[in-house]
Amino acid sequence: MTITNGHGLATAVPVATHAKVDTAGLPEKVSIKNLEFFYGDSRALKGITLSLYANKTTAFIGPSGCGKSTLLRILNRMYDLYPGQRATGEVLFDGDNLLRADQDINLLRARIGMVFQKPTPFPMSIYENIAFGIRLYESLPKAEIDARVESALRRAALWDEVKDKLNANGQSLSGGQQQRLCIARTVAVKPEVILFDEPCSALDPISTAKIEELIDELKQDYTIVIVTHNMQQAARVSDFTAFMYLGELIEFGATETLFTTPKDSRTQAYITGRFG
Amino acid sequence: MDSGEQNVTDMTLRSSSVSAAEAASRSAVLRRLRLTDLVFHGLTRGAALAVLALLSGVIIALILGAAPALGTFGFSFLFDESWNPVTEKFGAVAPIYGTLVTSAIAMLIAVPVGLMIAFFLTELCPKPLRRPIGIAIELLAGIPSIIYGIWGLFIFAPFLQKHIQPFLIDAFEPIPVLNALFAGPPYGIGMGTAGLILAIMVLPFVTSISRDVFDAVPPVLKEAAYGVGCTTWEVFRYVVLPFTRVGVIGGFMLGLGRALGETMAVTFVIGNAHHVSASLFAPGTTISASIANEFTEAVGDLYTSSLVALGLILFVITFIVLAIARYMLLRLQQQGR
Repeated sequence: MTITNGHGLATAVPVATHAKVDTAGLPEKVSIKNLEFFYGDSRALKGITLSLYANKTTAFIGPSGCGKSTLLRILNRMYDLYPGQRATGEVLFDGDNLLRADQDINLLRARIGMVFQKPTPFPMSIYENIAFGIRLYESLPKAEIDARVESALRRAALWDEVKDKLNANGQSLSGGQQQRLCIARTVAVKPEVILFDEPCSALDPISTAKIEELIDELKQDYTIVIVTHNMQQAARVSDFTAFMYLGELIEFGATETLFTTPKDSRTQAYITGRFG
Repeated sequence: MDSGEQNVTDMTLRSSSVSAAEAASRSAVLRRLRLTDLVFHGLTRGAALAVLALLSGVIIALILGAAPALGTFGFSFLFDESWNPVTEKFGAVAPIYGTLVTSAIAMLIAVPVGLMIAFFLTELCPKPLRRPIGIAIELLAGIPSIIYGIWGLFIFAPFLQKHIQPFLIDAFEPIPVLNALFAGPPYGIGMGTAGLILAIMVLPFVTSISRDVFDAVPPVLKEAAYGVGCTTWEVFRYVVLPFTRVGVIGGFMLGLGRALGETMAVTFVIGNAHHVSASLFAPGTTISASIANEFTEAVGDLYTSSLVALGLILFVITFIVLAIARYMLLRLQQQGR
C-alpha cells in the first residue's frame, strides 16, 4: 500500500497503516527512513520509516522485545558502544544523516540527550552532576555555570528540593529526585531532542506524575521521544504514538486517534490488553 | 502386600519413638551435636586468636631483638646515614630512603599503566583479545621474584646501562633539578632499576583488582555519561574512576605493600650500597634487601640487632601505610553518603 505523509513524500510501506494525521504544518525534526538494525546476524528492526515532529512528544509502545528501545538507542548512536551492532538506512536529523560514519558522535549525543530507565547520577555532587555536562562543551565563568545549573534544576522541578545541598552526593537523593537530576543534567547541555527510555519504570506513582508533568512542559523547547511499557502513560504524555511489534512499525498516528480508533487489529489487541 | 506391611512397621516405629529409651538416645544425639558445635566454635575462635598471638609475637620479638641497637643509638638510628660494621656505627636512613623511593617509583609507573590496561580490557578490548591479555597479566604475578632478580641483573640492567641511562643522563643534563635525578655514571643497577622491576611486579595486582572493579560499574551509568557526550577519556576520568575509587585504592595499597616488602628481586638490582643519593641511577639499598644481604655475615650483637631494628621499622612503615589506606577509605565512604 502506498501512503502519503504530510510532506507529500510517497513511501511504499508494506505493513504500517498510518492513521490520517494532520501533520501538514509540523516541521520534522528527525526523519527515519527504511531503518534496519542488526544485533550480529539477527535483524531487530525491519524497514522502519517514521517522522518525529519538532516540539512534539512521540511515544514508542509495544510488547517487550519489539524493538522500541533499540530504535531509541539508534537515535543517539548508543549502539556504537557495542561491537557487532549496526544500522542501515537513513535517520535524518535536521536533514543530516546521523548514521553516517564520520558523524561526530559526542556532539550528536549532546544535541540528542537521553534519560535512562534507571536513574544514573554520576558519582559526584548534585552541582557537579549538572556542571559536568556543561563544562564538556563550553568554558563559562563560574557565575554563569551557577546560573545554568540553577535554571536546569528549576527546569527539572528539583531546585527547591536541593538548593540547600548542592554539594551533597547525587546518589544520596531519592529515586524520583535522581531521575529529575538526570533530566536536569540532560537539559543543561541544551539538547534539541530528549530521549526517554522508560523513565518512570523504577519510580513510585508520585514521582512518575512529576516526571510526566515535566515532560509535558519540556516539549515547548525540545522534541521528545519516550519509550514506555505503560500505555496510560503514552496516552497521557504523547502527541503521537508509534506501535511496534516484532521489529516492525505496525501503526503510527496521533495518540488520540491511535488509542481510540486503531487501524490495525494488532494495535487494537495490544492497547486493549489482549497481548503483550 | 509389600507397601502395606511397610506401613505397618512404620507405624510401630513411630509409636515406639515416644518410648523412654528412644528419648534418651535422642537427647544423647543432641548432646553430641552440641558438643561438635562447641568444638567448631572453639576452633574458629582459636584460629582467629592465633593471628593475634602471632602478630603480637612477631612485634615482641622484633622489639626485643631491636632493643640493643635502639638502646645504643637511640633516635639517631633513624637519622644517621652511616652503616659501618667495623666501627659498629649503624643508621637506618639509607635503607628507609631506598625503600620509600623504589616503592614510589614502582607505584608511579604501575598505577597509571595498570589502570590503563584494566580500562582497555573492560571497555575497549575486542572480545578475542580479552582473555589472552588477562591471562598474561595473571601469569606476570605468578613469576617468582628470584626470576625477576636474575632477569633484572643479567638482562634488564645491562640493557638500561647501554641504551637508556646514557641517553637520559645526556638529555637531562642542562635541566636544573632533573639533572640531579638523572646524574652520575650509568651503572645499570641502582634505585631506578629496582623501582622499574618493582613496577613490573606490582602491575598485575593493580591491574587485576582495577579490572574487577571496573567490570562492576553499571553499564547504564557509562551509557549515561556517553549520553551527555563524554569522550572515552572523560567517561574513564569522571565516571568510572570516581565510582570505583574505593576498589582502586585497595589495589593500590596491595601493590604498595608488595613493593615495600619485596626482597629478592630488589637485592639483585639495587646495588646494596648504604648511601642516600639524589640520583636514581646511583646504587642504594632497601630495608628488606639489607636484611637479606647482611644477616648471614652479621657478626656481633649490635650488627644483628641493627638489622632486626630495620625489620621493625619496615613493620611500622607497612602499618602506617595500611592505617592511611583505612583512613582514606573511611573518608571516601563518608563523602559518598
